[in-house]
This record gives sequence, structure tokens and C-alpha cells, in this order.
Amino acid sequence: MSAETLHIQASLSVGGFTLAVDEHIGLDGVTAVFGPSGSGKSTLLRVIAGFEAPSAGRIALAGEVWFDSRAGVNLAPHRRPVGFMFQDARLFAHLDVAGNLAFAERRVRRALPGFERQAVVAALDLHDLLARPVAELSGGERQRVALARTLLSAPRLLLLDEPLAALDRARKAEILPYLETLPRRFRIPTLYVSHDIDEVAGLADHMLVLADGRVQQHGSAAAVVERLDLQPLAGRYEGGVLLEGRVVGHDERLQLSFVDVGGDRLTLPLLARVAAGETVRVRIRARDVSIATRRPEGLSIRNILPGTLATVDSDPRTGVASAAVQLQGAHIRARLTLAAVEELGLAAGMPVYALVKSVSFEGRD
Amino acid sequence: MPDLSAVWLTLQLAAAATVILLLLGTPLAWWMAGTASRWKPAVEAVTALPLVLPPTVLGFYLLVIMSPTAPLGSLWVSLTGDTLTFSFSGLVAASVLYSLPFMVQPLASAFEGVGRAPVEAAQSLGASRLDAFFSVVAPLSTRGFLTACVLTFAHTLGEFGVVLMVGGNIPGETRVVSIAIYEHVETLRYAEAHVLAAGLLVFSFTVLLLVYAFNRRYPLHVG
Repeated sequence: MSAETLHIQASLSVGGFTLAVDEHIGLDGVTAVFGPSGSGKSTLLRVIAGFEAPSAGRIALAGEVWFDSRAGVNLAPHRRPVGFMFQDARLFAHLDVAGNLAFAERRVRRALPGFERQAVVAALDLHDLLARPVAELSGGERQRVALARTLLSAPRLLLLDEPLAALDRARKAEILPYLETLPRRFRIPTLYVSHDIDEVAGLADHMLVLADGRVQQHGSAAAVVERLDLQPLAGRYEGGVLLEGRVVGHDERLQLSFVDVGGDRLTLPLLARVAAGETVRVRIRARDVSIATRRPEGLSIRNILPGTLATVDSDPRTGVASAAVQLQGAHIRARLTLAAVEELGLAAGMPVYALVKSVSFEGRD
Repeated sequence: MPDLSAVWLTLQLAAAATVILLLLGTPLAWWMAGTASRWKPAVEAVTALPLVLPPTVLGFYLLVIMSPTAPLGSLWVSLTGDTLTFSFSGLVAASVLYSLPFMVQPLASAFEGVGRAPVEAAQSLGASRLDAFFSVVAPLSTRGFLTACVLTFAHTLGEFGVVLMVGGNIPGETRVVSIAIYEHVETLRYAEAHVLAAGLLVFSFTVLLLVYAFNRRYPLHVG
């Protein structure tokens, strides 16, 4: 845990859009910047990198001022020790893969042990690609090279701008493991922009939610995911809980994995990449959870978790209620209709069963 | 025997104008490709003027500006001891202006084609804008540079009106091939005019052919 932060206070108007933020972003682990398209996520990253100058504000990394409109400070992008990974890779087409990596190495800002070419090439499995011209790479390979190139510049802050958005499902699955492990392995604080909460829910420590150029939520990933149900983002209610659990086993024939979450056993679609004993993070959306007052029988739903209703918050305006169910170790959220709450007489303290369909878990691989 | 000194002088003039324009036109084109300044349309218009003005208009104003009695002309005389009008240096200066659009426009469109994206990528890896220009933008604009230099060179070769106005017809100093051809025709020495004219035709065609062939073989970089 580091007490250092990136302070970004910025206001910026482009066309009809206004970005106005004032946040201290912790420089430990991965902060997901999440929000619908057009919410200002990419602009925020571009402001931090120095590609756009705010009309007013101040940007400082661990006390080192990069931008201050009042003091007239505006550090050029190449003097800011950030690594920027673009959605479209932006490899240099006149160089081969090795040339792209060498470009970063020659301009490295600080000699950092662990960031040698050998280590980075090995971490991203690039050895066979080094002599290839950039034009012959697949989309996934391009992003791997782009990530390697960025790491070789030994940045103090890694900015990932929708690095998977241009890729199809299969390619995403090819890159995601690298994005999940590398920021931690190389100990670089990372801001990860995405409009896809499932992409970032599994790897983010913190989450910052943007909408219309303003910060709606900022906190630990688990806390933010729970509060997401308060408002629809991108037109959908994505709120729920992030549960951390240990994989206890797989059933290859039925294509299922079993995960222990604080004493409760969840049945999930097969997590092929995760071995038994490893820790995984599972997001369960509140809208995928139902509640029963008696243990149901003859039901296709695989996850029937006994617990106690902790809270029931009804919103008469929308006819929707949000319930929290305390399980053995963790808690889970359910999104219900007001009608169901009244018919079942749901109230805090009641023993209930939380029902979660196994197929509702978003595939993480 | 055709006037070989005119051929040699023409090549020198075209080479000098191309080199100077490469040095001046590249930063101008880079600025034009990247700027959002409200002066951009004005600069673009001035740059394109030599394309539409009759060479006599350009030559007339150059003659006025470069005359030893004008401020610029007299400054040049005091610096070099030579006049700008009716001299090789004056011809080079005139050619630079006259051929400016042929250097700047292909370069600006090449730089615009490369766009901001690779520059930002280079900057994020620690390259200054200047570094990014030389290490990324210029190599990605090879075709633009080639086209610009060849067009500038070829266009300067074919210059006539401005040269006549500014330089006159001094053998070894300002008498370029186009002027020599004109004089041969005026004096009814058609055989000599033929040699020079055909030489210029074949040379220009060959150069252009090489450029287009090279552009076809040398693939555009698609990032």
C-alpha cells in the first residue's frame, strides 16, 4: 500500500462536452476508469498524458507537478513518465517488432531493474514475433507488442485506453491474462479505461465511474460495484457484488467450476484458466439474483445459498427494491420488484435463499 | 553544339532550390499539417499563390523587391557585394518562391496522412516532438518526401517566365536551358533548340517515370 496519489483537478470543454474532475487516485494497483461511451474516460487519460491541456486545473503525481494552469506549468507529454497503451496499438509501421521495442528502450526515462528487454519479451511471449514486420501481426499480437513497448519505457504510471475494444472475443481472451497480471508483476500503478465492466471487474483494485464528464463513484472496486445499482450506466443496471473466492474444483464433463466464497459454494461455468486452490474474483449482478423465502425444489438454478436478509431498500418511484443477503462469509445483492417484496413480506432479519443461475456469471475466460 | 553550360547551370539551380526548399518547406508543411491556428488558411493561400499567378507577375514583384535600390536588394548588395537581380543567387531565391507549393503541398498531405496518432505514441514513449518527427513521421512520409523533391526539382527545371524577368539571359550566370531554347528559336537555330528541348523532355519523363515506379513498388505504410 502506497500513500502516493495522482492528483488530477481539471476542467476542459471540447465542443459541447465538459470534463470536470477533482480526484486523488491512489498509486497502488489497478484503478478501473469505467463509464459509458462519451463519458470522458479517454479524455481524462489524454489530459493526464498531456495530449490535451485542461483550461484550468492541476495535475501532480506524488507531489511532482505536471500541469498547473495558475502557475503556468504544462509539462510536455514526453517529460511525463507515463506509459500510454492505445486502443489501436499505434505501432510504428516502418519498424519491425524489435524496432518498436528498441524505440522505447532508447528513450527510457529511468533504468529500472526488471524492465530489461529479456524480461518483458518473456512476460509477453514475444520471442517469435521480434523479426516480424508490424503489418503482419494480428490484432492481439499488436496489443501485446504495444504493451511490451510501453513497459520497456519504464513508466511510473500506466494508462490503458480501452486496450481490448478493437479486438474480437477470442483476441480479448488472448490479451486479458497479460493485462490482469502484468501491472502487478511489474508493480506499475495503472489506470485502465473501459466501457465494459466485466473486463475490469476482475482485475481492478479501485474503480472510478465517470458519466457526462463527472465522477459518479470512486472507491474500492467491491464498494463501487455494489453502488452501481443506484443508477443505470449505459442504460443497464450493472450493480451487484464482487466476491473473492477459492476454486475448489472443476467438473470437466459438465463444464463447471466450484468456488468457495466464505464458506458458501458457488457453481460457475468452467474457469479453464484457473487451477484448483487459486483465488478468483466473481461478479454477481444484482439483477441476476432472485430471493426465495423457502428452499425451492425442482429448480434448474444451481446456486441456492441460504442466508439472512440484511437490508431491503425500496424505491416507490421506480417500483424497484435492492436487497442485501448476508451469506456465511460474504454478502450478495438482489434487485427485486416492489411487488415481490410486498408479496413475500421481505424484511431485514428474515432467513432467505439467494438464487443465482450459474450461466449468469460473466465468462472470465 | 548545344550550350552545355546552360544544362549544367539549370541542374545547379534546380538542385539548390530543392535543397533550400527541403529545409524551409519541411517545417512549414509540418506546421500546416498540425496547426489549428486561424492563420493557417492565409498561409496556405500564400503558399499556393505561385500555382495560379502568371510567372510574369511573380517575376515583376521579385524584380522590384530584389532591385539594388530596394531595401532587400541593397541589403544583399552590402552583404555579398553582388546584386540579386540578374545573378545566380537571385535565380535561386526566385525559384524557391516559385516552386514553394510543389514542395510544401505534397509534404503537408503526407504529414496529414501520418496524423497525430504515431506522434502521440512516440511522445508517450519519451520522444520529444522533434524526435518524433525525425524518428517516426519522416520515415513514414518517405513517399511524400520523394514526390515533393522530384516535383520541385522538375518544376524548377522547366521555369521560364520568372527567370527571364529576374535573371535575364547571361551565359553561365542566368541562362538556363529554357532560356537557351527560347533564344535558339528566336535566332532560328532549330537544331540546337531541338537537342535541348528533347533533352529536357526525356530527362523530365525519365525522372517522373522513376518516381511513379518507385511509389508503386514502395508500399505505403499502414499502421
